[in-house]
Amino acid sequence: MPPDDSAAPRARWTHAGGAVTLELSGDWLQGGVAPEIQGDGPKSPPTAYQTGSLGRFDSTLPAFLLAQLRSLIPEKSTPKPSLSGLPPNLVGLMELALAVPEESEAANKPSNPSEIKKLGKFSLRLWSNVLSIAEFTGQAMLSLGRFFRGKARFRSRDFWQILQECGVNALPIVSLISFLIGLILAFVGNVQLASFGASLYVADLVGIAMVREMGVVMTAIIMSGRTGAAFAAQLGSMNANEEIDALRTFGFNPFDFLVLPRMLALILMMPLLTLYANLVGILGGMIVGAAVDIPPVLYWNETLEAVDLTNCFLGVFKSVFFGVIIAVCGCLQGMHAGNSSAAVGEATTRAVVASITGIIVLDSAFAAIFTILDI
Amino acid sequence: MISVRDLTMAYGSFVVMHDLNFEIAEKDIFVIMGGSGCGKSTLLRHLIGLREPAKGEIFYQGENFTTTPLEKRGEFIRRFGVMYQSGALWSSLTLAENIAMPLEENTQLNAKAINELVSYKLALVGLSGYEDYYPAQISGGMNKRAGIARAMALDPEILFLDEPGAGLDPLSSRRLDDLILRLRDSLGSTVVIVTHELASIFAIANNSIFLDTVTRTQGATGNPNNLRDHSENLAVRNFLQRGEAESHASPSPP
Repeated sequence: MPPDDSAAPRARWTHAGGAVTLELSGDWLQGGVAPEIQGDGPKSPPTAYQTGSLGRFDSTLPAFLLAQLRSLIPEKSTPKPSLSGLPPNLVGLMELALAVPEESEAANKPSNPSEIKKLGKFSLRLWSNVLSIAEFTGQAMLSLGRFFRGKARFRSRDFWQILQECGVNALPIVSLISFLIGLILAFVGNVQLASFGASLYVADLVGIAMVREMGVVMTAIIMSGRTGAAFAAQLGSMNANEEIDALRTFGFNPFDFLVLPRMLALILMMPLLTLYANLVGILGGMIVGAAVDIPPVLYWNETLEAVDLTNCFLGVFKSVFFGVIIAVCGCLQGMHAGNSSAAVGEATTRAVVASITGIIVLDSAFAAIFTILDI
Repeated sequence: MISVRDLTMAYGSFVVMHDLNFEIAEKDIFVIMGGSGCGKSTLLRHLIGLREPAKGEIFYQGENFTTTPLEKRGEFIRRFGVMYQSGALWSSLTLAENIAMPLEENTQLNAKAINELVSYKLALVGLSGYEDYYPAQISGGMNKRAGIARAMALDPEILFLDEPGAGLDPLSSRRLDDLILRLRDSLGSTVVIVTHELASIFAIANNSIFLDTVTRTQGATGNPNNLRDHSENLAVRNFLQRGEAESHASPSPP
C-alpha cells in the first residue's frame, strides 16, 4: 500500500540573508518514492537544517545529504560543515561519513581516449605481447637445454600425471573429431568424384588430407582448447595464490618445475595423437567408402598407395612444433595472469586464441616452405 | 646483516615508497609496519628478490644483492625462508610434501630423516597429525601455520614472514610469537615480519620501520616500544597507540 502524500520525502532549500536552510520532511526509505527537491539550487552548504516534519529514514537520507555536501563544499577545505538541526543519530552517521576525506588519487578519472589513442595502445600492447611470447619461448628452450644436460629439476610424479592427462585422456575426443572429419571429407569429396565415376579416389583424398593437414591441425586445435586452456588455468591459479613466487624463493626455477614437464608431455604426445587421428580419420573415410560400394580392403590399399612416408612424416613433424606452441601459450598466459578469478578466465581465453592463431600461422608457413622445397 | 640504501619502489610510474634507508642487524626481530596499502608487502618482495628496485640497493652481509644477476642469486636465496600471506602452499601436494620439497632439494637426507623433520616442523606450529592433508582441506589459519613450518624447513638464517598473525586466534598468535622468539634464541635467526598486530609487535620486535602512506617514505625506525611514546613522528605514535596519541611526544629517556 503506497505511503500517503504527507509521508512523501521532500527536501526544500531556503535562502534568507546569508543563511541557507535545508528543510527535510517525510519518510526517506529505500522502498519509497524518490525525494522531491524544492527551492533554488544552493551555492553553499546549509548553515542549518529543519527536521520538524521528518519521519522515518534509512540510509537514503544520509546518502542524499552526503552527495549534496560533497557537491557544495570545495575540495580539501577544512571546516566541517554545520550539522545543526539534524536529529542526533543522523548527526553521528554524517560525521562518520565525512570523517575520512575522499581519496582524490583513488577516484578513477573516466578516460575517454580517442580512436587514434586506442589504436596506438592496441598496437603497443600487441607488440609487447609478441615480445613476451618470444622471451617466454626463449626461456622454455633454455629449460629444455637444461633438461638434456640433466640439470633441470621437476617432480617426475607431476610429469606422469600430465602425460596421462594430455595423452590417454585426450583419446576420446580426438577419436570422435578425427573420425567425423574423415567421414565429412570423404562424403563431400565423393559428391564431386562420383560424377566422374572416380569414387575410389576418395581414399586418396582422405588419406592425403588427413595425414598432411587435417589430422595434425585438428588435433592441435583440440589440444589447445583442452590442454592449453588447462595449463593456463592451473598456472594462473597458482600465480594468484603466490605458489609460483614460493617456488622462486625456495630456490626452484618455475620454468624447469612447471613449464618443462608440460612441454615435454606435449612434445611426446602430439605425434602419437596425430598418428592416431590420421588412422581414425581414414577409418571414417572407409565407412563412407563402404557406403558407396568401395570394399574396405580396396579402400585401404588405395590409401596406402596414395599416402607415402614423406607425407606421414611431415604431419608428425609439424605436430611437435604445434605441441610446443600450445605449451608455451598456455603456460605463458597462466604465469602472467592477474590475481582475480576473472583474470584466470581471461588468461585461459587468451591462451587458446593465441595458440590456435600460432598453429594456423605456423601451418601456413610450413605449407609455403614445403612447397618451395618441393616435398 | 641486511642494509637498504636509498631504495625507491615503484609500479611503473606510481611510486610506492622512496628513499628508504635502514639496517637490519643479525638476530633482530624486525617489523615492517604502516597503514594499509603503504607498500609493506612490496618492501618484503624487494628484500627477497621478487621485485627489482626502481632505485637503490640492498646488501646482505655487505654483498650487493641488487647488482647480482638473477642466476647467481641462489646463494642468497638459500639463506632465506619465506612465508607468504595466505600460506602459498603448493596445492597439489600434501602438507608433508610441501615441507619436504625444500628439504629434498637442498639436503642429502634420506626419506626417513626428512619425514622426522617434517613432523617436527608441523609440531612446532601446532599441526601434528595433518601431514597428509591437502591445503584445500584445512582452514586459512592452518594454511598460514603450515606456510610458516615450510619457511622454517631449512632452519634459515633469515626468516621473512608476511602477515603471519592475521587471521590467527589470540592463542595461536601468542604461540607464534613464542616460536619466533625461540627461533631467534636457539638458531640465531634474523626475523623480518610484516604485520599490523600491535600485541605481537610490542611483545617481540626489537627493531622496526614505519612506512608513512602520506609522505611515501619512512616515518621512523627503531624499537616499537620506544617509538610508541617517544617518536617525533605523530603518525607513528598514532599508529602504535591505536589513535590515542597526543600531539607531543614525551622526551626520550636518558
